Amino acid sequence: MSLKILAVDDSRTIRDMLKLALAQAGFEPQVAEDGLHGLEVLEDMVDDGTPPDAIITDINMPRMDGFGFIDAVRARDDHSAMPILVLSTESADELKARARASGATGWIVKPFDPVKLVRAINMVAGKGAA
Amino acid sequence: MPNDPMAEIRASFFIECEELLESLQDGLTAMDDGDTDSETINVCFRAVHSIKGGAGAFGLEDLVRFAHRFETVMDEIRNGRLEPTRDTIALFFRGADVLYDIVRASRDGESLDTATTEAVLGDLEALVGGVIEEEEAEEEIDFAPMTLSLDPIDDDSADAPVEATPPGLLIRFHPAAELFSSGNEPRHMLAALRDLGEITTTCDFSMLPALADLVPEEGSIGWEVSIATNAKKEEAAEVFEFVDGLCELSIEATGTPSAGLPDLDSIVIPGTVDDGEAPEAASGEEPEPDPEPEPVAATPTPPPEAAPTPAAKPVPAPAAKPQAAAPAGGKDSKQAAGGAKATVRVDLDRIERLVNLVGELVINQAMLSQSVAEAGIPANSAVSSGLEEFLQLTRDIQESVMMIRAQPVKSLFQRMSRIVRESSAMVGKSVRFITDGEQTEIDKTVIERLADPLTHMVRNAVDHGLETTEGRIAAGKPADGVVTLTAAHKSGRVVLEIKDDGGGINREVVKAKAEEKGLIPPGVPMSDQEIDNLLFLPGFSTAKEVSDLSGRGVGMDVVRSSIQALGGRVTITSEPGIGTTFSISLPLTLAVLDGMVVEAGGEILVVPLGSISETLTLQASDMEQLGAGTQLVRIREEFVPILDMAEKLGFRSPLASYEGSSVLLIAMEDNTRSALVVDRIVEQRQVVIKGLQESYGRIPGIAAATILGNGRIALILDPADLIASAGSSRTMPALDLAG
Repeated sequence: MSLKILAVDDSRTIRDMLKLALAQAGFEPQVAEDGLHGLEVLEDMVDDGTPPDAIITDINMPRMDGFGFIDAVRARDDHSAMPILVLSTESADELKARARASGATGWIVKPFDPVKLVRAINMVAGKGAA
Repeated sequence: MPNDPMAEIRASFFIECEELLESLQDGLTAMDDGDTDSETINVCFRAVHSIKGGAGAFGLEDLVRFAHRFETVMDEIRNGRLEPTRDTIALFFRGADVLYDIVRASRDGESLDTATTEAVLGDLEALVGGVIEEEEAEEEIDFAPMTLSLDPIDDDSADAPVEATPPGLLIRFHPAAELFSSGNEPRHMLAALRDLGEITTTCDFSMLPALADLVPEEGSIGWEVSIATNAKKEEAAEVFEFVDGLCELSIEATGTPSAGLPDLDSIVIPGTVDDGEAPEAASGEEPEPDPEPEPVAATPTPPPEAAPTPAAKPVPAPAAKPQAAAPAGGKDSKQAAGGAKATVRVDLDRIERLVNLVGELVINQAMLSQSVAEAGIPANSAVSSGLEEFLQLTRDIQESVMMIRAQPVKSLFQRMSRIVRESSAMVGKSVRFITDGEQTEIDKTVIERLADPLTHMVRNAVDHGLETTEGRIAAGKPADGVVTLTAAHKSGRVVLEIKDDGGGINREVVKAKAEEKGLIPPGVPMSDQEIDNLLFLPGFSTAKEVSDLSGRGVGMDVVRSSIQALGGRVTITSEPGIGTTFSISLPLTLAVLDGMVVEAGGEILVVPLGSISETLTLQASDMEQLGAGTQLVRIREEFVPILDMAEKLGFRSPLASYEGSSVLLIAMEDNTRSALVVDRIVEQRQVVIKGLQESYGRIPGIAAATILGNGRIALILDPADLIASAGSSRTMPALDLAG
């Protein structure tokens, strides 16, 4: 059973790249365009009985940014332990603190390296097959 | 087909960039108009930010560098440390221009003149003082490709001589409560360590309280893991990267080190160094970071072929709460993209093919209609009414297909606003640029080919059209010149206007210049309009000396021929002291047009419907003779010159009397009219345009050709061009007797 990953980013390019990298690694990617849309897609996934195994989210997004999105996900009881990785261009130290304060599980700095991304997902979500 | 997904994503990245640049431009325009709403500023910031993000993914260093510094300055406005003054916004516009250039250059793999880039960057940096320098230094770390790369760096360790004791790592790890609440899971980390080599895990229960006191959310146990591996400590530390500060962690290298590996001492990631929120947790949880390290000697690792030790299984996993196994609802609309319309990206080639096929369909339908007519099938028969519906459907399909390629002219207008900024700065004039109708849609292929002629005309408006600031003030006008660019649909065509509120064309100067250059014989009387049209003569330039702007080797003659190549026309109207307007009239698409099929001199010809304002039959009483060769027709108090189409095209000599002939009244862009005489009007219908330019070059008066229902080829006329060339040969402009 492959891991289902929800990736939220307002850049189409980054969404495309994430989809490609995740699919190539054998994950099942779902994408959303901003925080609000991310919550909708998350809801749908949960409703379909296929909640994501991990979420990747950008920070700077219209309508609802990454911090707001993480807050909203964490506010739900059933997602309080959902692994959430922040994908951002922000500089590392500052980012770690901010991301962590908002409840993120981990962080990846853009541009992301697919190998590292997959490893990070496995690190926070466990290996799907194992 | 998608052979290289990355190449596709790269291509779509550049399309996204164009969109982002467009919204940046919009945002800046809004800010310039006084809208400094935080969301407007955010939109601008995000546009630059997203470009940076994507650019980083493709290693476009120049783009990342510029976008980052630009973004940093914008961030100052976002967080209120910098005022969005007019000057600042003007600078942002320049920044957006440079960004646009770098995006283009990156896309086309070209290098860019760094002087402009650096100049703009310098000005941007000046806005925020020294701050950017720091950012710049930081940037080196952040955005150098994968400086933070955590790929195994195994070159040295692989090359290093392997010696007696098998190398390994000893890790002590004790999670704090926050580790769990952030969604991290020690089990997965321990599992990840297995990738490094054979691991042996020992659970440290020393902190485990009595069961009654146990709080599952708090980390009460730790682990000691020994790994038989050549991996460096950094690789193990990487596993714990996300929990830095949320745990007690020590990693030591064990075994005999290979020579040349300098980092012998264990690195200790000191749990709580810089994260303000962590200390209480760690200290509250465990007073001491296990002070009694397990004998390190115990590390000689098991032989690699031994069965893998199962990774620590007794993990308290408060994190693994049951996921809400919600009832599988019937929601299948997964892509509820927030408000945005769903779009599909399609290769232009595929659309071209569709357009061509629809063209064939239109021709085919014409042939079918003709066959039905020839077979003498009555009009109320099933065949005829079916054909009628087929006709309607064909038209609907054709319109829908054309709509696929239709795009608003907005992007083009934004490019023009940049041209105004640059050219006004260059000639030192202060210019306001106003656009209207930027949502007007035209065929994409037309838009692309409009960029060059429009650029030239906008430059002309700024350089030649507008007076100098002193000149304006002297003339009692506002110091700021105004250049207006509008687009609108008019009877199946699109009309673009470039208007300036300058001094108008100085006709005496223009005429003298043309005489001096030998373009016209001296002393010939000419109408204002004829003089204005001299601007379109090859080799004409009104600039007294060739300025930087006008000396680009492109004249209005080139502008006109490129507009004509699009099936369009360009006309000038000018009023002294008030300004000059250039109008471009274009077909909406280059593929199909509504035409009037006429017969002239025994030949079948097509006249675009859009240029015909009315048709009538000539009566002797309406006609007047003017001079030798010119006849006029009176149409509602107005005399309009008659032009015999067959004669003009050389099909036959002029007739003695045109009484009873059909006349197409052609309205020109400058509101003058002409009467085009034909033998008879055949029908009105859609024709598919087949270009002749490639085979025959440009033929005056002829726009293109088409295939008729009977399979014959007919020429499509450009009546305005035909009339204009007739007019100039006779120096006989339209007369407006009614005033």
